[in-house]
Amino acid sequence: MKRLNFHRLILWSMLLLFAAWFLVPLYVMLTTSLKDAEQLRAGNLLSLPTAPTLDAWFKAWETACTGVQCEGLKPFFWNSVVMVVPAVLLSTLIGSLNGYVLSKWKFRGSETLFAFMLFGVFMPMQVVLLPMSQVLGWLGVASSIWGLMLVHVVAGIPSTTLFFRNYYIGLPDELIKAAQLDGAGFWMIFRRIVLPLSLPILVVTLIWQFTNIWNDFLYGVVFSGADSKPITVGLNNLANTSSAVKEYNVDMAAALIAALPTLFVYVVAGKYFVRGLTAGAVKG
Amino acid sequence: MGALAIRNIHKTYNETVHILKGIDLEIEAGEFLILVGPSGCGKSTLLSMIAGLDQPTSGSIHIGERDVTNLPSKDRDIAMVFQSYALYPNMTVAQNIAFGLEIRKVPKAERKAAVDRVSAMLQIGHLLDRKPGQLSGGQRQRVAMGRALARDPKLFLFDEPLSNLDAKLRVEMRAEIKLLHQRTKTTTVYVTHDQVEAMTLGDRIAVMKDGLVQQFGTPAQIYNRPANRFVAEFIGSPAMNMIDAQRAGTALTAQGVELATTEAQCTAMQAHGSAELVYGLRPESISFADHGLPGTLSMIEPTGPETYATVDTAAGKLTARVPGVLQAAVGDAVHLQWSADQSHLFDRISGVRVG
Repeated sequence: MKRLNFHRLILWSMLLLFAAWFLVPLYVMLTTSLKDAEQLRAGNLLSLPTAPTLDAWFKAWETACTGVQCEGLKPFFWNSVVMVVPAVLLSTLIGSLNGYVLSKWKFRGSETLFAFMLFGVFMPMQVVLLPMSQVLGWLGVASSIWGLMLVHVVAGIPSTTLFFRNYYIGLPDELIKAAQLDGAGFWMIFRRIVLPLSLPILVVTLIWQFTNIWNDFLYGVVFSGADSKPITVGLNNLANTSSAVKEYNVDMAAALIAALPTLFVYVVAGKYFVRGLTAGAVKG
Repeated sequence: MGALAIRNIHKTYNETVHILKGIDLEIEAGEFLILVGPSGCGKSTLLSMIAGLDQPTSGSIHIGERDVTNLPSKDRDIAMVFQSYALYPNMTVAQNIAFGLEIRKVPKAERKAAVDRVSAMLQIGHLLDRKPGQLSGGQRQRVAMGRALARDPKLFLFDEPLSNLDAKLRVEMRAEIKLLHQRTKTTTVYVTHDQVEAMTLGDRIAVMKDGLVQQFGTPAQIYNRPANRFVAEFIGSPAMNMIDAQRAGTALTAQGVELATTEAQCTAMQAHGSAELVYGLRPESISFADHGLPGTLSMIEPTGPETYATVDTAAGKLTARVPGVLQAAVGDAVHLQWSADQSHLFDRISGVRVG
């Protein structure tokens, strides 16, 4: 018993140590963002704010300069929202349809097709930059929010397809046959049987796609136009715009603003995320 | 024209694997057809084709007057109970039962009436609001049958519906399926690998092996006059005793023991010509007597109402099935007796019935 307690002690101290190690940067960001310029100048990184203020947050949101314009992160944030929400929904929906076809309506060559799609999961993003900008130009959506959305939808399809296909493999084929005998067709089975059984994997895919697209910088910086830059590009510009004094509190507040939506999504749907990743075949 | 006719069905996969090699079956309205055979015999493939979930390479399938070979499942007016039941986990029992009707745009009031009708028939009225995940195996089985019954189909298909149940429940549900059929008189095709289910449920049995129908007949025909050695050994438990025998003229011997045959069998043997035969005896045809074939008891298996006794004889090991408890011990010397008209003769090479 005593031995066991000793082990527990080691285990817990290690866990706490690692947790602290990973949480320190967040702590520094949060405290720094609440400090005023004067306390910043004092230079103690780990101290608590003596007079907490949200000034840096307001500045980051509304008035900080990102290059020549000084409107804060607000326009970038809304660009991201407008681009991310449809891109996430579309890529998830297409992935779920693809997965449904590749697992339950196999056709000659569908396995090969799936193997090629898997390729897309592992392909480095940089590879597509040049051909993609060419394509966007042909389609007339270069340097627009629509072009960026399209890029994210296309880039997301391989992984969303993989998620859904592997999940649907676990759904018994007999369910589909039973529905066919009941008179349901391709779309009816998808809508009434398959989609309602997809909640865990839907949540996983939504979180995955949201995080990826929201946090993307490369596509955002390459394919967006002057007024369609996403928040990651905005944050970069804000932090790189030089003024007389480096405003760390504003930079930290801006970084937190950029990270909040993904944090929020994890907190709200995180338990489904873990459950969905570990869920086996649907019982019943 | 029968309620279901299957004409010369062939199925080949990848042009090399021959699953079905010419199946011909026909049953009348209201009959209960059993497809039975070992795994890999093609029975489930054949059922899938009747259901419209698989396409034959050649041949045709008729339900009533209609050629349904190329019709999709939904236009065949059939319902099916699957081995895994395949209940929709996201719907309640009532929704499961009504789903087929809903798809076919049956008005709500009629749907409700159908659900009430089948739930009363199957005694699942108290389960209607539950999800399949909250049901026991036997209850799921009932719901699956209810879903199939709701549409009042022309043809009812069962794909090994009892194989996921424990032994006791299996016997109960078997009786229930039989009662249900007696009541509804819906033409039924039932796939199983269990010969007891085949014998107890079927009006007609098709014994299949290697993509061919070995014998198609009533349970009595299948049991009393098996068409070949495979059918004889597959149906019946314990299996039929098979004694390798040689024919010389009209006399049949095995290891020097003379085996009794009827006059009809003598004539058939001579007409058949082959000297290498197999002499088959059902365990219940053999009884203990004061004289007859001598042997030693090597194993006794009491089941309660009857006893299986294995006896080593000069002709080989024979199993006898005798009523009640056997008053004997292993090692006892016994004599076995049977009447010649209970015996079956098969060709040893081809396995076909000789007489």
